Amino acid sequence: MEENNKKSPLRRLPASEFDKIYAVYCDESASPGGVNHDGTPRKAVARKDMTMAQWTIKEMKRNKVAYFMIFPFMFVFVLFTLFPVLLSFILSFTSFNMLEISWDMFIGIDNYTRLFFEDDIFLQACKNTLVFAVVIGPVSYILSFLVAWFINELAPKLRAIITLIFYAPSISGGAYTIWSALFSDDAYGFVNGIMLDLGMIDTPVLWFHDEQYAMTLCIVVALWQSLGTAFLSFIGGLQTLDKNQFEAAAIDGVKNRWQELWYVTLPQMKNHLMFGAVMSITGAFGFGGVVTQLCGFPSVNYSCHTIMHCIDDYGNQRWEVGYASSIAFVLFLIMIGANLLVRKLISKVGK
Amino acid sequence: MQKMRVRNHQVVLNRSVGGDTGIFVFLAIMGVFMFLPMYYVVIQSFKPLDELWVFPPRFYVVKPTLGNFGDLFYLLSDSWVPFSRYIFNTVLITAAGTFGNIFFSSLAAYALSKIPFPGRKGTFKIIQNSLMFTSTVTSIANFLTLSALGLLDNPLSIIIPAWGGATGLYLMKQFMDSSIQDSTLESARLDGCSELKTFWTIAMPMVKPGWITLIIYSFQGLWQAGASIYIYSEQWKTLNYAISQITAGGVARMGASAAATVLMMIVPIVVFVISQSNVIQTMGTSGMKD
Repeated sequence: MEENNKKSPLRRLPASEFDKIYAVYCDESASPGGVNHDGTPRKAVARKDMTMAQWTIKEMKRNKVAYFMIFPFMFVFVLFTLFPVLLSFILSFTSFNMLEISWDMFIGIDNYTRLFFEDDIFLQACKNTLVFAVVIGPVSYILSFLVAWFINELAPKLRAIITLIFYAPSISGGAYTIWSALFSDDAYGFVNGIMLDLGMIDTPVLWFHDEQYAMTLCIVVALWQSLGTAFLSFIGGLQTLDKNQFEAAAIDGVKNRWQELWYVTLPQMKNHLMFGAVMSITGAFGFGGVVTQLCGFPSVNYSCHTIMHCIDDYGNQRWEVGYASSIAFVLFLIMIGANLLVRKLISKVGK
Repeated sequence: MQKMRVRNHQVVLNRSVGGDTGIFVFLAIMGVFMFLPMYYVVIQSFKPLDELWVFPPRFYVVKPTLGNFGDLFYLLSDSWVPFSRYIFNTVLITAAGTFGNIFFSSLAAYALSKIPFPGRKGTFKIIQNSLMFTSTVTSIANFLTLSALGLLDNPLSIIIPAWGGATGLYLMKQFMDSSIQDSTLESARLDGCSELKTFWTIAMPMVKPGWITLIIYSFQGLWQAGASIYIYSEQWKTLNYAISQITAGGVARMGASAAATVLMMIVPIVVFVISQSNVIQTMGTSGMKD
């Protein structure tokens, strides 16, 4: 067999063929080879002359160049994305501290009991993070889709300009600091200035440094810069929809654009909706850097303190790495949980 | 049949006037909300000193001046390390990080998309699922890793992690899946082209919109890399950090900080304008299959 393969100019199986054989070995589905014209399952050709292990090893050898190609990326990815999750999990059961390293650090679930029963600031941060995420996530997601959908039928030039206007805030880095000038604490702030001039207030409002307004304003700023990757993904996805389906639907009696959206557009957009959701959720839970810049750290009376700030506080300021790791791991679980939940919801679209 | 008309040889639904008006109003309000802060910061940066302090604040400028930009450079030249050092650091980090990210992501994306090696589905699934959490989760552990590797206080602490960015690889792999035909690659392989050569000379030119999109993504992230916790000596700080120091100067530096904000945001925006159509084309294939 080896000899034959080496001589053959077609060294590699086409990917689709490979998947079929692989599916037979793994028994992934009843008819991995697809369906014949008469509806009977087509038999894929499994190798009769070797077991799955032998076949896998042979394919690994044949495609060994692929492992070299993914190696540099995977090395960095594993080291800086996967390994940290594992390391955080392990450290979360210790009292590891950058300042005093000792050997009897294992403290079981003490960090977690401290988190959920003693640390009022963490609980406050949890609540804030959830409020931010529950408002920013869905609103930015729906906003991204609506704007992308509304501009989809415009002329390309006009669409490009509107895309730029809506997308610019999310890429212009520190531009959100303009909000601290607009809502600055003194009379020279734009909003205070106008309101004083109109006589609506007597003294300047402390906007970002007032518990009453800080969180609402942060949400506004977050929404202002939230039309990011999901938004672009929706615009791109809407461009690739199958136009014939719209024609068929129009003839079949779809009455207005909302019905068209629900019955034709959304089912076709499912994969993009999924990707956009992941981007929106991750963004909403990771929200915090903006708060540090606008409200200071910590924000007044912890009114905008998020889980991210807790991690920063314990990890980078107090060097309680064990405790910070347990917070990071909780955040990890929350993010994964929210994503899985939402993906389940989206898989129901159009059904 | 009244509700339909023909556009571009396709039968399409007629849109109701009420709906169109509603959409227009919605887009107009949202557009103003999005655009006004950006407009205001640009206006601020061109206001001369006496106009900056006009009460109540104005939404227009009477005598535009470049004075604020001059002030900015004066302030920066007065900094502890030469201003050019911050620019050098930012350019170095952005260029090295972006180049590595694009090269390694494309290489891996090509293998994951076009070479049927055992384990590729599982590998891709892990990468795809890693999009579900952010760097906030990994920052503490990465600090320990970087310190163990001796990379703290070194620009490599920002550059190397950028090489393993999952979003870039994800977008590239999805784009390669849909825009490179297996048959094209097969004929190259039949001609005796090695896999690496096929990747570089045939696949990469075909996915130009893909790597342009990756450049944008990587660039945006790295350009904004500010006061990283991994870097503490002044000589390796970035432009964004230097500028945030000026912005932190408060009202007294209102004009200069507006000028700084404009300078920092103009670069990513121009880069996006140039490449928008490529980005949208790549995003068309960004859908996530379960």
